[in-house]
Amino acid sequence: MVATVSDLTPREQESEVLLKVENVELRFGGVRALHDVGFEIRKGQIFSIIGPNGAGKSSMLNCINGFYHPTSGTLTYKGQPRKHMRPYVTASQGIARTFQNIALFKGMSTLDNIMTGRHLKTKASLLENAFWFGRARREELEHRRFCEEIIDFLNLQHVRKTPVGTLPYGLQKRVELGRALAAEPELLLLDEPMAGMNLEEKQDMARFILDVNDEYGTTICLIEHDIGVVMDLSDRIVVLDHGEKIGEGTPREVSNDPKVIEAYLGVQEQESA
Amino acid sequence: MMFFLEVLIGGLLAGVMYALVALGFVLIFKASGIFNFAQAAMVLFAAMFMGGMHNDWGLPYWLAIPITLVIMIGVAWVIERVVLRPMVNQEPIILFMSTIGIFFALIGFAEIFWGSRSRTLDVGIPSDPIFLGDMLLQSYDLITAAIVAALVVGLVFFSQKTRMGRVLRAVADDHQAAQSVGIKLSTVWVVVWSIAGLVAVVAGIVWGGALGVQPVMVDVAFKALPVLLLGGLTSIPGAIVAGLIIGAGEALAEVYLGPIIGGGIDSWFAYIIAMAFMVWRPEGLFGEKIIERI
Repeated sequence: MVATVSDLTPREQESEVLLKVENVELRFGGVRALHDVGFEIRKGQIFSIIGPNGAGKSSMLNCINGFYHPTSGTLTYKGQPRKHMRPYVTASQGIARTFQNIALFKGMSTLDNIMTGRHLKTKASLLENAFWFGRARREELEHRRFCEEIIDFLNLQHVRKTPVGTLPYGLQKRVELGRALAAEPELLLLDEPMAGMNLEEKQDMARFILDVNDEYGTTICLIEHDIGVVMDLSDRIVVLDHGEKIGEGTPREVSNDPKVIEAYLGVQEQESA
Repeated sequence: MMFFLEVLIGGLLAGVMYALVALGFVLIFKASGIFNFAQAAMVLFAAMFMGGMHNDWGLPYWLAIPITLVIMIGVAWVIERVVLRPMVNQEPIILFMSTIGIFFALIGFAEIFWGSRSRTLDVGIPSDPIFLGDMLLQSYDLITAAIVAALVVGLVFFSQKTRMGRVLRAVADDHQAAQSVGIKLSTVWVVVWSIAGLVAVVAGIVWGGALGVQPVMVDVAFKALPVLLLGGLTSIPGAIVAGLIIGAGEALAEVYLGPIIGGGIDSWFAYIIAMAFMVWRPEGLFGEKIIERI
C-alpha cells in the first residue's frame, strides 16, 4: 500500500516533512538489508517502523543517524538531501537516538551520562574546558540545571549519582532516553525502547514517549516489537519485511492490511494461539 | 631491618618510574582499545628533542620542554591523520601492528634530526642522598615520585572534573554511543594521544635524567609491559600499584635472591611476578573482568 496525503489527519497534513526517505537500498556485500524503502516522517509525529526480526528496521535507523550509508537512494532531512553524513554531524543537526542493546557509558553516573548528551550544546572551547575557566564553568552549571530537569522528568532522582552499569535494565533504558533528550533533539530515534521490560516498565516508558512528544514537540521514530504498544502510540506506521516496505498507514490501516497480517501479525497470532 | 626498608623504598620509587611509562599505554588503551607499542618510542622521541634542543641549540629547559610538548601534540595530530583515520574499524591486531610502524618511524625521525649519539638530560632535579633517620634515600627518586603523583592527580582531575574528561570517559566506554551524542572521535584521538605525549615528555625527563638520552631508553617499555599485565590494561590506579609491586619485588629479589641464583635477574624477574599474579587474576589486578556470554 502506498501512502497518499489523504491518509493523514488534518494536523499531520499541515505539519511539514522533517525526514524524507526515498528508494533507499543498503547492501553489505551480497546481503541486501534494505531494498527500495521510502517514507516520510512529519514534524510532531510519532512514527513507528515495525517488522519481523531481520526485516531491516535497525538498519534503517542506522542509515538515518549516519552509522550506515545507503548504497543508493536519498535521505532528505529538513529539506536538505544528504550523502555520507557521519553520526556526529547528524547529531549536530538534531538527531538523537537510543540503542537496541543499551549503549550507555557504564562506568559513569546517571547525571554524567545525561550530561554527555549536552555535548553539542556546549560552546566553551577545548582549552577553557580543560582548565575549567569562567565561561566553561558557567555553561556547565546551566547544562547541569537542564539535566536535573530531565532527571526529574524521568523520575531518576534516586539514581542520580549511581554508576549506570549497576542499574536494573529498565532504568538503564530510561537513562539512555534521558541522554538522548539532553541534546534537545528534533528527531528522536528509539530502537526498541521497551525490549525486555515488564508490563509496568513498558507503561512508564510509553508515558514518557507520549510526554516527550507532547511537551517538547519532539518528532519520534520508533522501532518496537510489542504490537500493542505500537498501535497505541503511533500516528503512523511503516512495515518492513525482508528489507522491503510492505505496508504503511495509520495503526488501523496497517492492522487491517492483509499483506501485513500475513508477514507479521499473522505469525504473532499463531504464536500466541 | 633498616637495610630491608631501604631496599624496599628504593624499589617502590623505581616502580613509580615504571608506572609512569605504563600510564601512557593505559591512557591510549582505555580510550581506544589500541595497545600502543610506540609509547616507549614517544618517550625516547621526547627525550631526544629536549636533550637536543638544550645541548645542541643551547635552549634553556623551560623553553625546550614546552616546545617539545607542542611537538608531541603535532605528533598526535599526524598519527591520527596518517595512521588511525585510514585504519578505522580495523581489527585491533592491525592497529597494534601499525603502532609498531609508528615506533620505528618516531625513532627514525628523531635520529635523522638529532643523530644517534647519546646526550645528557639534566633539568636540575637534585640527586643527593638523603638520610631519613638512618635510612638512605635518593632525593632524585623522591622528587620523581612527587612529579608522578602530581601528574596522576592532574590526570584524575582532568578526567573527573572537566567536560573534555567526561567526553574521554564516554568514548572509552562506548564509541557508538559517544558518536550518537555528537562526539567527534577524530578530535578525541588527537587529545588522547596528546595526553599520552605529555606523559611521554614527563617520562622522558625522568628516565632521560636517570639513564641519559640514548636508544636504550626504549627498553623501559619492557619494564612497563609486566606492569601492564599485572595492573590491567585499562586501569590508571592499576598501573601505579603494579609499578610499585614490580619495583619493590625486583629490588628485593635482586638483593635477597640474586646472590643465590647468581645475579642478573632484574631483566626477567618482573615478568615472573606478573605471571604469578596472572595465574590468580588473569585480567590483572584492576583490569575489567572479562565475562563472555556463551
